[in-house]
Amino acid sequence: MHLIVVGLSHKTAPVEIRERLAVPESRLGEALTRLSSYSGIKEGILLSTCNRVEVYSVVDDVDTGYGRIQEFLADTHLSLSSEQLTPHLYWHTGDRAIAHLFRVAASLDSMIIGESQILGQLKDAFEVALAHKTTGVIMNKVVKKAISVAKRVRTETKIAEMAVSVSYAAVELAKKIFSNLDEKTVLLVGAGEMAKLAARHLIAHGVEHVRITTRTPQHAVDLAAKFGGTAVPFDQFKDDMASADIVLVSTGASHYLVGAEDVHRAVRERMNRPMFLIDISVPRNIDPAVRHVDNAFLFDIDDLKHRVEQNRAERVQEAEKAERMVLEEVATILEWMKSLEVTPTIVALRNRVDDIKRAEVEKVLGRLGHLSQQDRELVEGLASSIVNKLIHRTMITLKTEVNSSSGPAFVEAARRFFHLDRPAPASRQTEECADLPRYLSDRSDSVETEEPDQQPSMRKQAQ
Amino acid sequence: MAAVCFMMTLVLYIVATVSFFSYSLRRSEALSKVSLGITVGGFVFHTIALAIRMLGASSSTPPSFSEALSFLSWMIILVFLVVEFRHRIYVLGSFMVPLALVSLVSAAALPESVPTLQPVLKTLWFHVTLSMLGTVGFTVAFVAGVMYLIQDRLLKSKQFNVLYSKLPALDFLDHLNQQSIVLGFPLLTLGIVTGAISANFSRGSYVSWNPEQTWALVTWVFYFVVLLGRLTVGWRAKRAAYLTVIGFAGVILTLVGVVLKGHSALS
Repeated sequence: MHLIVVGLSHKTAPVEIRERLAVPESRLGEALTRLSSYSGIKEGILLSTCNRVEVYSVVDDVDTGYGRIQEFLADTHLSLSSEQLTPHLYWHTGDRAIAHLFRVAASLDSMIIGESQILGQLKDAFEVALAHKTTGVIMNKVVKKAISVAKRVRTETKIAEMAVSVSYAAVELAKKIFSNLDEKTVLLVGAGEMAKLAARHLIAHGVEHVRITTRTPQHAVDLAAKFGGTAVPFDQFKDDMASADIVLVSTGASHYLVGAEDVHRAVRERMNRPMFLIDISVPRNIDPAVRHVDNAFLFDIDDLKHRVEQNRAERVQEAEKAERMVLEEVATILEWMKSLEVTPTIVALRNRVDDIKRAEVEKVLGRLGHLSQQDRELVEGLASSIVNKLIHRTMITLKTEVNSSSGPAFVEAARRFFHLDRPAPASRQTEECADLPRYLSDRSDSVETEEPDQQPSMRKQAQ
Repeated sequence: MAAVCFMMTLVLYIVATVSFFSYSLRRSEALSKVSLGITVGGFVFHTIALAIRMLGASSSTPPSFSEALSFLSWMIILVFLVVEFRHRIYVLGSFMVPLALVSLVSAAALPESVPTLQPVLKTLWFHVTLSMLGTVGFTVAFVAGVMYLIQDRLLKSKQFNVLYSKLPALDFLDHLNQQSIVLGFPLLTLGIVTGAISANFSRGSYVSWNPEQTWALVTWVFYFVVLLGRLTVGWRAKRAAYLTVIGFAGVILTLVGVVLKGHSALS
């Protein structure tokens, strides 16, 4: 039972390959069904976005699994041959595959580190896989863990907080002036691409009213319809400025359209309510002298770019923190996966029942001191045979089911039925379990909480 | 017991102040929780200390000024914790906790014997409590004003540093400023009225123009104008921030006036 990933991403493949390999959402189910029809593929999930196409799978044999998935990927697009594809693919198995999934989910592998879309895409891919029943115990647990790791990274680091695009930087700055963008009004003067993008971000963050003015009246009317806003005649926009909390200027004009005096008047009319002015035109359209006007905050394209640069640098730092979290989490999931292996489970089960048997026999023989040696052996034999008969079927089932798709589920069930993950009774814990691997004796503790003194060894494992 | 709790409070607030200061200058987020925890610890001790005092004191003993300041410090932290838990603005602690500490240190430094007013009257309790609650309002307004001016400066000069990222939005600070004055002003008004009534009982005149009363009235008029200006001609944002910072000087001078009066009464 091995977890593997095969795929390609923006880091390994050019867009020409990625776009051909990408599986549209409508055909995801069909592709998954095809994937699970390959022999040796026990579980599978297909993550397909514009930046990556990856197959995560639980397979019997790593090398065969790699081959099958490669075949599967080559078959998804008719015009792609295996030879064209192979140079762009990467393969990981075990802890490295898990770490890769966690890093992808936490957006550490994204083109723009910290972007939030990937988590939603992973959730969607998981849901499709669930709907088509192509995942099992292992995949379900690992993907759910990936989602929770991503959330943890999001809340415990600032990786997603900082704007790394100029248009988004405008939103970030706006939020330092207005705590709540709901019911705020934005006035677009001219409508370059970047301005439109910034306007979209602002609307997505709650800005309610959009007013638009452009030199060509019809253009403004068209855009107003698109944004659900109001068109304002170009020669009147300065009088309209007082009604706008945010003014976004991006025209091709070669001179200052808005002077300090205009802004001063607008702020006065607004009874000193703060105003946020963004000038993303080059050459600039708002007189830089505006920054001397109280309660008016002017930022030009360089300021926004500067902010983006700063954020990029900070994100790299935050990403390092996130990487450490990923390693920790990989260690915990590896512990869990190890517990699903059959052999240790059978050993643990054997030890468990022997413990119980020995304890009970000692208790009884202590009270039956008058028994002869022969009788004592008889009692012991009786206990052994009851115990062995009781667990016999379980052992057989575990051994036969180990290679079926529901194998891990049986192991998990056996561990729970026989309390194999609980520490043995206190008095014998140290002597009886000392030779067992730690995950057998106290897995329930180590999976949920990482004790500080365990971490170094976990990291080592994870690496 | 009360003295021990009081000392504990003092120590914890000193640690919290240092911790909050370093939080505002560093990127560590963990420090915010630590600082907040220490503050809550100090607050608990302070509450116990005050409760012991309250139970021990009968209503006929006049509250000493030292106790009033201690109460002021307690209220500042209470308001801070309430705002903190609602809005999660940890950096507020870097401003509020030091002020509470100053108030508490003053309380500790002043001799117990400096009374708020000589006569023993029940109205005096109302006067002290209401005035102190009003003072808390102006303290919060002052803090909001200072934070506003810092954030305004950072935005204008485009310094996107650690403090910038930790300070809340300008309009939130402006709103906090307004709310605090709107709450503090009527409390101060009532504090002055009850004070005047107490004074009339003890000295036979409502107003005697000692420094305390003079500054209290000046402060009252000042905040009245500030509030009126905000509501009518738009004295908000930066101007309101400046005005509340200036007005806080009046509050401090009034408190100094109380101490001076106490000393002259003793001598």
